[in-house]
Amino acid sequence: MNNPVSDTVERRKRRTLFLLMGLAIGMFAFGFAMVPLYNLLCQVTGVQSVEQRAMIGTNAPLAAATAVTDRWVTVKFDTTIHPDLPWRLEPMQRKLRVRPGESYLVKFIAENRSGQEITGQAIPSVAPWQATGFFAKLECFCFNQQTLAGNEIAEMPLRFSVSPDLPADINSLTLSYSVMRVSDRS
Amino acid sequence: MSTATIDLAHDHDHEHHGPPKGLKRWLFSTNHKDIGSMYLIFALTMLFAGGVSAMAIRLELFLPGLQLLDPDLYNNLVTNHALIMIFGAVMPAAAGLANWMIPLMIGAPDMALPRLNNLSFWILPAAATMLILSFIVPFFPGGGTQINTGWTIYPPLSVQVGMSMDFLIFALHMLGISSVLASINIIVTIFNMRAPDMKLTQMPIFVWTWLVTAFLLILVIPVLAGGVTMLLFDRHFGTSFFNAAGGGDPVLFQHLFWFFGHPEVYILILPSLGVLASVVPTFSRKPLFGYSSLVGAMIAIMIIGMVVWAHHQYTIGMSLGAVSYFMIGTIIISIPVGLMIFNYMATMWRGAMTFETPMLFAVGILLMFSFGGLTGIMLAVVPADMQYHDSMFVVAHFHYVLMPGAIFGLFAGVFYWLPKWTGHMYDEKLAKIFFWVNVISFNVTFFPQHFIGLAGMPRRIVDYHVMFTEFNVLSSIGAMVFGLSHLLFLYIIIKTVRGGKQAENKVWEGAKGLEWELSSPPPFHSWTTPPKLAAS
Ligand code: HEM
Ligand SMILES: [Cu+2]
Repeated sequence: MNNPVSDTVERRKRRTLFLLMGLAIGMFAFGFAMVPLYNLLCQVTGVQSVEQRAMIGTNAPLAAATAVTDRWVTVKFDTTIHPDLPWRLEPMQRKLRVRPGESYLVKFIAENRSGQEITGQAIPSVAPWQATGFFAKLECFCFNQQTLAGNEIAEMPLRFSVSPDLPADINSLTLSYSVMRVSDRS
Repeated sequence: MSTATIDLAHDHDHEHHGPPKGLKRWLFSTNHKDIGSMYLIFALTMLFAGGVSAMAIRLELFLPGLQLLDPDLYNNLVTNHALIMIFGAVMPAAAGLANWMIPLMIGAPDMALPRLNNLSFWILPAAATMLILSFIVPFFPGGGTQINTGWTIYPPLSVQVGMSMDFLIFALHMLGISSVLASINIIVTIFNMRAPDMKLTQMPIFVWTWLVTAFLLILVIPVLAGGVTMLLFDRHFGTSFFNAAGGGDPVLFQHLFWFFGHPEVYILILPSLGVLASVVPTFSRKPLFGYSSLVGAMIAIMIIGMVVWAHHQYTIGMSLGAVSYFMIGTIIISIPVGLMIFNYMATMWRGAMTFETPMLFAVGILLMFSFGGLTGIMLAVVPADMQYHDSMFVVAHFHYVLMPGAIFGLFAGVFYWLPKWTGHMYDEKLAKIFFWVNVISFNVTFFPQHFIGLAGMPRRIVDYHVMFTEFNVLSSIGAMVFGLSHLLFLYIIIKTVRGGKQAENKVWEGAKGLEWELSSPPPFHSWTTPPKLAAS
């Protein structure tokens, strides 16, 4: 088997093998290089820079003229608590009929059902998404993290207003809160 | 990596005797045919496993409302079905064909790195076990939540899933290692083991498709491995690659995933299109039309295919410039893909065609795969995709490209070469029945999904609006027939392995290629002396 012909074949095989191994490992590294490159690329080309994203506000400004219309819109409230968080969060009213342009106050009751102090954060979203830009939160417990002592029950206010510019075909919208745990589990 | 040196020693051991007996033959096999058979059997097993989950999904969708499955289990099944089919069935089956056929077709005694070959196969059963565990672990106490993310495992959901996600990540790592090793072996074989007077440009197209596929695998699988490794770090080591709260970006994962995911669809399809390049000329009794344009098309697919991935992410809010680029790139890819199809049609043009089972499947591919390509172009158009995205229309699209495209191609290859592998002819009548039942029930299952998708039924949701009931009933009935029809396939295979009319060396009268010069079944070591190519 040690004739020169098969020797060179073996050598060639080994060379191809190493080149390909190198390629595979290189691509693995490339995956990690994507992390900084991705941000860099987005910043340089402005494909979607972080600043650009920050401009897409989730909290729409109140329409300038608080023109109160004759229109009525139903706003429903919905909450989802992450399984990690032993809390309860319920709105005092499940739904509210509102007039676009006026501001309303709804209170939520939050309860910490564990004995420990826990910090949580509520993350709002509006459905249908087309209504997101027309729902303004003036005051919301979701603007900050909330800390509840063990077994504490607290009232959490939300003051909001629906813009009169809300597209005419939307007459009902839902505000949902997902509540996440912020403090570490102990 | 001392594989190459060990192989020298191996040649001494096994040069001139038959296979070792019993379990050892398979466990320690370094023979490309045995390993190829194991790949194929493994793939068939996984095809049935994935089929069972698909039928469970369709049973649940038979009627609106929740009947059999709770939502988490439903999504767990959807995840598992996709991963088993892609990584367990299609990729190993294609690797099985590669192992069996590449050495025969290029005049080599075996694969270049036989021990590596053994390793890349035997990683698979372990990986499949992990994959299946990722599905069942949540049912045990303390097993955490189910994987309800779909096969795309997008964070943040995939960061929150219980420990079954860790099993899945581990399984993906192993599956990735297995296919990268297999690809390396295939490339080394093709570059170094061809018969002395066979140039790269004289290789059968099937070998070319695998060369391109293997390069694609080496280029993209490691990126997926990197992505899921980051996911693992985010889950357990407090990093924030994808966690927005920690400064990361969940969309980054999508880019990493689809950088792998889009080329992956060509990985699935190319070997099957390669099979067509053998089947179509044989049964048209004409030489293949446009060899060099086929090779060129493949290389174009490989290159363009790596830079269009974000057509899966049109809805994430990219800038107009970015989506336009990805849209145009995606539409451009359909040109080389279409070119391959047209080459096969030109091969059939005015040929003396006969329709044995492999040819039936080939014609089926040309018709139905093209249809899937058409819906692909609809999806590639950004404003349209804003509506179609994540609907059943996408499900219909990818089943039209994957079932006829990838799986029918594998069926065609299996029927075409089965007499060569086993030495027995398969039962042509049963095989034709299988073809018709399979093709008709496939269309009954997936054609209606185009319409319910366009009408607004989302994918990956356990329940649906009553207005979609009729088409879902139809689709589910089709799916039951479709699923069960594969039992007939299994029966035909078993029957052929056990016996049947003795196959000649050249099984099909119109067949060309080195593999037909060996006996059926071929000797344990294929080409101990390199063949001379007939001057053509
Ligand atoms: C003419 C060629 C093709 C075009 C233009 C095309 C285009 C697309 C587009 C735009 C999507 C994203 C749809 C969405 O999620 O909204 C998609 C999804 C998909 N395509 Fe294609 N495609 C083509 C061929 C193929 C082929 C050949 C395969 C596989 C063999 C394939 C497999 C898939 C799969 C699996 C998905 C869904 C992935 C997922 O979201 O889970 N496509 N295709
Ligand atoms: Cu794609």
